[in-house]
Amino acid sequence: MNHAYPARERWRRFKNRFILAAITVLALIPALPLFLILFQLFHKGISSLSLDFFIHLPAPPGESGGGIANAIVGTFIIVGLATLIGVPISILAGIYLSEYGKDTKFAEAVRVCADVLQGVPSIVIGIVAYAWVVRPMGHFSALSGSVALALMMIPVVVRTTEEVLRLVPDILREASLALGVPYWRTVLKVVLPTGMVGVTTGILIAVARIAGETAPLLFTAFGNQFMTLNPLEPMNALPLVIFNYATSPYEDWWQQAWGASIVLVLMVLGLNILSRLLARRIAGER
Amino acid sequence: MKIKNPIFTTEDLCAYYGDFMAIKHVTVKIPEKQVTAVMGPSGCGKTTFIRCLNRLHELTPGARITGKIFLRDQDILQMDPIIVRRKVGMVFQRPNPFPTMTIYENVLAGYKLLGIRLPKKEADRIVEEALKKAALWDEVKDVLHRRGTFLSGGQQQRLCIARALAVKPEVLLMDEPTSALDPKATLQIENLIVELKQTVTIIIVTHNMPQAGRISDYTAFFYLGELIEFGPTAEVFTNPKDPRTEEYLTGKFS
Repeated sequence: MNHAYPARERWRRFKNRFILAAITVLALIPALPLFLILFQLFHKGISSLSLDFFIHLPAPPGESGGGIANAIVGTFIIVGLATLIGVPISILAGIYLSEYGKDTKFAEAVRVCADVLQGVPSIVIGIVAYAWVVRPMGHFSALSGSVALALMMIPVVVRTTEEVLRLVPDILREASLALGVPYWRTVLKVVLPTGMVGVTTGILIAVARIAGETAPLLFTAFGNQFMTLNPLEPMNALPLVIFNYATSPYEDWWQQAWGASIVLVLMVLGLNILSRLLARRIAGER
Repeated sequence: MKIKNPIFTTEDLCAYYGDFMAIKHVTVKIPEKQVTAVMGPSGCGKTTFIRCLNRLHELTPGARITGKIFLRDQDILQMDPIIVRRKVGMVFQRPNPFPTMTIYENVLAGYKLLGIRLPKKEADRIVEEALKKAALWDEVKDVLHRRGTFLSGGQQQRLCIARALAVKPEVLLMDEPTSALDPKATLQIENLIVELKQTVTIIIVTHNMPQAGRISDYTAFFYLGELIEFGPTAEVFTNPKDPRTEEYLTGKFS
């Protein structure tokens, strides 16, 4: 190279490299905690993972052994029920916002409310579910927990459904309408199927988010040392196991809380990865 | 000029977007089983005009129509738009097969989306007939159950034509159907249009003068929302009555 000021040139290149190296290191920081968490979990909890842990019920305090089968089953039931309650409402509301309400004041108000609902602290949602479901029923139940989780899920799925459906090109709507298909059938049979992968992705993300929620379950699903499949009874769930065991005085239970944490984190991680794969498939199709 | 068997007759047709008047007092008779080209500079209302004919225009927020549009002797503005659109099919500027459907399902979309169930034999027959009419059968007969979006642009457009023909419309509206296609695909579609006029009336919006010359029997020339001239294509092209038509045809403005 032929430069008039080689020293200055060198200094500039040094600065460039130094700053690039520095921000590369900084970019690692957001990724690092995940690996630290996973390391910590496996380090502390791997020893409690065994077949027994997955298929046995909790042992009484003071006795060793036992598992969290009831909490795993409970999480599936509570989250599944929440999805069953939340998803149909959310999809219909998303369809309304994208296809019917559009820019009307009412639709705009619904959007604002959904965004605010999304920001309501989960403990408050839990209290509301307590007042709505637990009090009238007179006892704790899985159902009340599902209602709380559904409330957390609805705003997320509504907004993603709306956004995904808005991305469906208008020429597909027109193609259907021009064939003499009524608008509502066009929405259900053309617009929704075209956006379905995106809607599913949104649902998975929402499920992943609520699966680990603890606060809304504390005074709704409440927890249960025994196995139950009846959603009208108190039911155990993974976050409740972790909370109750970690705050207990028994060392055995602390150990089990670590194990339950691994199970929960892997479940949520799996859902997130699945939704990413789906999202990539959409990107590939475009 | 006398049109003996008009399939469409408009009387004092005006179309608006909000306060903007896009089509101004158009009165015209469109002949049956002929190809009518709708021409004119960009923004002159060509597309708006044909979108009035299947009542797609009204879907735009704030859009409305005044005047009368007769399909034979029925005023389509008094009819259920869904029935109008069953009789008046449309092919769009850009090919728009349904991405979630196979080629086979795309052709049958006019039935499937309405929830009409056809016996398998009947469905097969409709698909084959429509694809043959659209000159696509030989190319796709072995891949009927692949997605329509796997086809090339020209094939997709012929698939859209087959989809429109499958419900047996009386009229086929075409909004610049070849503007997104390469010359070879364009030629195929042009040949197809000439074939199709045996069975269906075609009204085609085009920017392409040679194309209009090759395929159309009648030409309607629009300018700033007004119908300036309407007549047999040969006449309009060689002996335009209005100076604005002549200026457009000789490329003085576009």
